[in-house]
Amino acid sequence: MKRDPLARKGLLGRLPEAWRQPLAVVGGVVAVAWLVVALAAPLLAPHDPLAQELPRLAPPGPGHWFGTDQLGRDILSRVLYGARVSIPLTLLLVVLSVLIGGLLGACAGYFGRWADETIMRVADLVFAFPTVILAMVVAAALGASLVNAVLAVLVVAWPAYARVTRGLVLGVREREFVLSGRLLGFSAWRSLRVDVLPNVTGPVLVLATLDIGTALLLLSGLSFLGLGAKPPSPEWGAMVAGGVEVFDSWWVATFPGLAILTVVLAFNFLGDTLRDALDPRTARAIKERAL
Amino acid sequence: MSAMTSAKETADAAPRVRRRRGAHPLARFLFRRILTAVLLAWGITLVTFVLTNLVPGDPVTANLGQRALGDPAIVAQWRAEHGLDKPLWEQYALHLGGLVQGDFGVSQQSHRPVAEDLAQFVPATLELAGAAIAVSLVLGVAFGVVAALRRDRLPDHVLRVLSLIGISVPTFWLALVAFYVFFYRLQITPGSGRVDPAIGEAPAVTGLQTVDALIAGRWDVFVSAVGHLITPALVLALYTIGLLTRFTRSAVLEVLGQDYVRAARAKGLPGRVILFRYVLRSALVPVITVAGLAFGSLLSGTVLVEAIFAWPGIGQYAYKSATTLDLPAVMGVGLVVGVVYLVINLIVDVLYGVIDPRVRLQ
Repeated sequence: MKRDPLARKGLLGRLPEAWRQPLAVVGGVVAVAWLVVALAAPLLAPHDPLAQELPRLAPPGPGHWFGTDQLGRDILSRVLYGARVSIPLTLLLVVLSVLIGGLLGACAGYFGRWADETIMRVADLVFAFPTVILAMVVAAALGASLVNAVLAVLVVAWPAYARVTRGLVLGVREREFVLSGRLLGFSAWRSLRVDVLPNVTGPVLVLATLDIGTALLLLSGLSFLGLGAKPPSPEWGAMVAGGVEVFDSWWVATFPGLAILTVVLAFNFLGDTLRDALDPRTARAIKERAL
Repeated sequence: MSAMTSAKETADAAPRVRRRRGAHPLARFLFRRILTAVLLAWGITLVTFVLTNLVPGDPVTANLGQRALGDPAIVAQWRAEHGLDKPLWEQYALHLGGLVQGDFGVSQQSHRPVAEDLAQFVPATLELAGAAIAVSLVLGVAFGVVAALRRDRLPDHVLRVLSLIGISVPTFWLALVAFYVFFYRLQITPGSGRVDPAIGEAPAVTGLQTVDALIAGRWDVFVSAVGHLITPALVLALYTIGLLTRFTRSAVLEVLGQDYVRAARAKGLPGRVILFRYVLRSALVPVITVAGLAFGSLLSGTVLVEAIFAWPGIGQYAYKSATTLDLPAVMGVGLVVGVVYLVINLIVDVLYGVIDPRVRLQ
């Protein structure tokens, strides 16, 4: 009896249930579509995203479906190329947050004592700031660039994973299957990897899915403030900021904004469905009839 | 546990010991929370200081022109003027000593004391964020309850999609769209700023335009101020409405599954009584905590929204000082926003402890 039978039935066991949800399907399709756009942007874009050769501020119409901006660049092409800037960086950001936050949270929960105190007090400190304010201070301090904006978001993003992982690890640390593993002579690392990790992955992956949206919003927000992508780069937040200058030409800001919205919404649809499929509290409540 | 300890002691000492150590778990809880908050506030000063000092960005290059930078004498004088020539720990000690006396330093951009700048800008942001959190709480809780009670039926599905859209819209973009559609195109909302310049502001008492207008008895100013507040507050609130809807829904659903609710239903109590007396009373306790945390996202949102609506608050000030590496101003903003957020969450924590005695024991 090394492992709890329930421990094996993690995220994968319940996935098919989640896929029966229309929201998850819509979210999944849109997310995959954006990934394809990110990969195939050069094939899909009708124009060079940086070329300033079209008429300036032309409204949407045949030839340039999303119109052109104040420098005569095709907005459709820029939005498509923008997927190559924002989506990989956002995914990288979330993966790094999961790894850093997860590892620190697992250490805090598993080892306790000073490791717990140190890590969680630092996390508390980060939580003491509203995210954009702290990210903005970090980004401004590091200097305005997309990489620094990613670092800034990373600084504010990891503690959420540390907290969740710590809580989950604390929940299983004293369970029989973990203790018996230790009694069999597992090292702390092996115990964490073999017995604790499977119990943590599901909820953390759901959090990560939901966090992709938040991360993209933060990242594009920093670019909107001028603390992220540099001007010629077709980054969506920076493009919206460019649209503020030419207020009359609504299309300049509208389409990059819609791009952000659809990507964030797709991952939130996915994450929300996954959370419902996983959350035992909600699952229990399903059985109860509403008033 | 303390009752057991005191029972072992002599008979006449026991009641006193019990009162001091065991009878006020709420007082101990409050003390612990306030101590944590003070430590965190100190941590905030440390973080803002370290972040703005141990980083590559040099305030000298950000603030002096090309010509002045070429002259070492001017650079050295500027550094000495702003205390940048002293060792870091001394700069921090000076900074902390100043903070205790309400001295946040002088902004390198506005050449005014940061405390003065903050005092001018903070009320505008608090008014905006306060209006937004009020709207979010009312709408978010109402939507969440409806979604939970109509679980898996049309209202639930519609509210689920709407609340997910709410948390997915980029705030800065929505602000722009709202400004364009409602002000520029439809002309049904007033433009930027806090009141119509033709009417003029009410004399400042609290710094909250709506309250000041009422104090001065200026009905026209009040109407104008509320009109200016509506659009930015709603734009700002959309995210937290979505958040609170989702959270209230799951909190209510969880309570609906409890035995005492089933018992109340079995007794044949009317649905309205069960909802307000049994369900909402316990479901709303965790919602308060989330509302406190949501206030943080509102404060974050103000940075993005204030720029579009030309709202003269701390968000705009933060952005300007961050982009020009105005160290005292950045530290001041980080500190004030951090402390405001901390105080709100402290209040929420305390409320939670007062409402739910189980929390005090943790």
